[in-house]
Amino acid sequence: MALTGIQIFKLLPKTNCKKCGFPTCLAFAMKLAAGGVEISACPDVSDETKATLGEASAPPIRSFALGTGDKAVKMGAENVMFRHDKKFVNPCAIAVNIKDDAGDDAISAMAEAVANSEIDRVGQKLRVDAISIECVSGDSAKYEAAVKLVAEKAPETALILNCKDAGTIEAAVKAVADRKPLINGTTDGNAEAMADIAKANGCPIVASANGLDALSALTEKIKGFGVEDIVLDSGARTAKDIVEHNTQARRAALKKSFKPLGYPVINSAIRDDAILEASIASVAIAKYASIVVISSIEKWKTLALFTQRQNIYTDPQVPMQVEQNIYEMAEPTADSPFMITTNFSLTYFIVSGEVENSKVPSRLAVMDCEGLSVLTAWAAGKFTATKIAQYIKESGIEDKLSHKELILPGQVAILSGALEDKLEGWTITVGPREANAIPTFLKSKVS
Amino acid sequence: MSFVVPKETFSGKVLAVDFGKDDKKITIGGENTLPFLSFEGECPNKPAIAYEIQDCPPDDWPETVLNVYKDVSSDTVTWAKYCQDELKADAIALRLISTHPDRDDRSAEDTAQTVKDVLAAINVPLIILGSNHIEKDANVLVAAAEASSGNNCIIGKAQEGNYKTIVAAALAHNHKLIAMSELDINLAKQLNILITQMGFDKTKLITDPMCAALGYGLEYTYSVMERIRLAGLAQNDQTMQPPILGDVGMYVWKIKETIAPEADVPDWGSIEERGIAWETVTATSMILAGTNLLIMRHPKAVENVKKTIDELI
Ligand code: SF4
Repeated sequence: MALTGIQIFKLLPKTNCKKCGFPTCLAFAMKLAAGGVEISACPDVSDETKATLGEASAPPIRSFALGTGDKAVKMGAENVMFRHDKKFVNPCAIAVNIKDDAGDDAISAMAEAVANSEIDRVGQKLRVDAISIECVSGDSAKYEAAVKLVAEKAPETALILNCKDAGTIEAAVKAVADRKPLINGTTDGNAEAMADIAKANGCPIVASANGLDALSALTEKIKGFGVEDIVLDSGARTAKDIVEHNTQARRAALKKSFKPLGYPVINSAIRDDAILEASIASVAIAKYASIVVISSIEKWKTLALFTQRQNIYTDPQVPMQVEQNIYEMAEPTADSPFMITTNFSLTYFIVSGEVENSKVPSRLAVMDCEGLSVLTAWAAGKFTATKIAQYIKESGIEDKLSHKELILPGQVAILSGALEDKLEGWTITVGPREANAIPTFLKSKVS
Repeated sequence: MSFVVPKETFSGKVLAVDFGKDDKKITIGGENTLPFLSFEGECPNKPAIAYEIQDCPPDDWPETVLNVYKDVSSDTVTWAKYCQDELKADAIALRLISTHPDRDDRSAEDTAQTVKDVLAAINVPLIILGSNHIEKDANVLVAAAEASSGNNCIIGKAQEGNYKTIVAAALAHNHKLIAMSELDINLAKQLNILITQMGFDKTKLITDPMCAALGYGLEYTYSVMERIRLAGLAQNDQTMQPPILGDVGMYVWKIKETIAPEADVPDWGSIEERGIAWETVTATSMILAGTNLLIMRHPKAVENVKKTIDELI
């Protein structure tokens, strides 16, 4: 159970020496309880207290990395059930499964495809995060060779070793120990052997059981063997299992401080049909998975999943912003209409969508107003005649246009006079108030 | 420490709303827990999916979805029958897009005839949608409500700027009604209050908090829907308990990801599957957030969302 500020205070030296950076021990205790600082900031606290607090102040869902290096993926550390309460912290890793009997060519091709899967979307680099190598051959040497091949062809990608045989796992883990592979295949029966391998090689481990009850017992057992970086596999197979198990595990960890389920979750979304697989994977991503395993990585599929993950993990408190720029739609010429709006992403999506719908070649200036919508930005003094004029002048757009007409959002029609004064030689036209009137407006401009 | 299933029970309940007639009638809503959490509550009705058709050829739909209907979409009735008989649609959503002043500006009277013709040809439940033009919809939907009187349709969308006449028409002809607001829980609540203050029964309302496509504001829709659900269930806010609509198809099939050919965006892969996956993932995300009724376009997307729903219940 998490301790309250007062409970923590009782364990502190109570000297108010300020070495922690807080004026009093009580203030420090309160901050500790709220989760803003580490106990190590107090140099005088006893080891015993540290241990008590360490246990109690550990995050409700343990956090550690999948893989190593720059492309390692952080997992866990989630604090809420709903994204509108607070940002979901560590985006779900997307892993593709490959069987060790697929043949060297297929294995190489898959590993290379993963290594080259990175794309850029709205300024973020997105890629397939991990490769799961599944042992279906039952042949240790074959499995190890497949693991080595994947490791070689995808040198930075996180690895998941999916095999229930401890002997086979041991050899394969040793072959790629520097990559800290996630060991997947631990059940009640082989827990001790698997935990020993994980411990010896510093690897995280997946605990697999049928249902959350058995899983809780298994994670406690694995922890007892000295491994704490555990990933939960509740045996969820259907989308319903995924939603129910993941919801229950997260609730138990967050609301009941139930430590045995305070770990990241792995789900398999593997289905025969590629589109259905994308759909089921999207269920796992929305509903609390830290790793989702799929069977193929067609570009259209990963694009959809990357995008959904990005949407779900966006910070709801920070308005999503679009980069300040003059966006060109449908290959505009020097004569094409020129409009301006603010960089609130929703404003941008709606306005640019309507401009694209109109099929009228146009330019849309998106001005940085700290992610505020047109009216709010105007009210906050960020979308004013002076600032718009300055932005237009500095943008260099005058060189690209044969005209000097700027279309202003109808909601800030009030700015048109002042803007005409400040933007010498320009005509300011007031556009529609509502975005859905844009197509008609633009068509009338060019007809 | 042994595991105890952490159940939550809510005092509120989503209202159950039916539409259509006889054995084809569909009921949505009725759950007293968050989507698909039947371990702690009742989820008596699964989300329903309606196929979207239009009252004029869908020239503005991208090829992936246009091609599916190329032999039937020149005639609205043929298109409706194709969805019912060949695609086994559970429900059909007829969008009267040709009435928009920027399209054909078709009159409300003309449209009323189309509604009658479609109703005569099908027996699955019908949703009748305007063109989303505030003033024109006020006329078109009144005529459509009259033309479909007695068929227990869903009509919409009533918005802040035009709800009065549309509510009156739904009331007079005993239809269900979609109340739409723009991605704001308070606006959604406000509109529901205004509509019920006119004497419209809240058990006949459906809330459309405005959909958004994957990658184009999906997270706003997702969170507004989750918040509406929590308000209705946890706080037992009576004005936030109508079922939720996700008008997915129209938002998905106009964005670059469903339109741009692979040659232009090689990193995005096959345009066909990309479009279908986009509609599928958008719709699946919506039902997880609380959507009870989806309006969709591509049969393969519908099929995969249905399979997902079957796995979820
Ligand atoms: S450093 Fe430790 S003893 Fe000193 S004020 Fe902070 S909490 Fe108290």
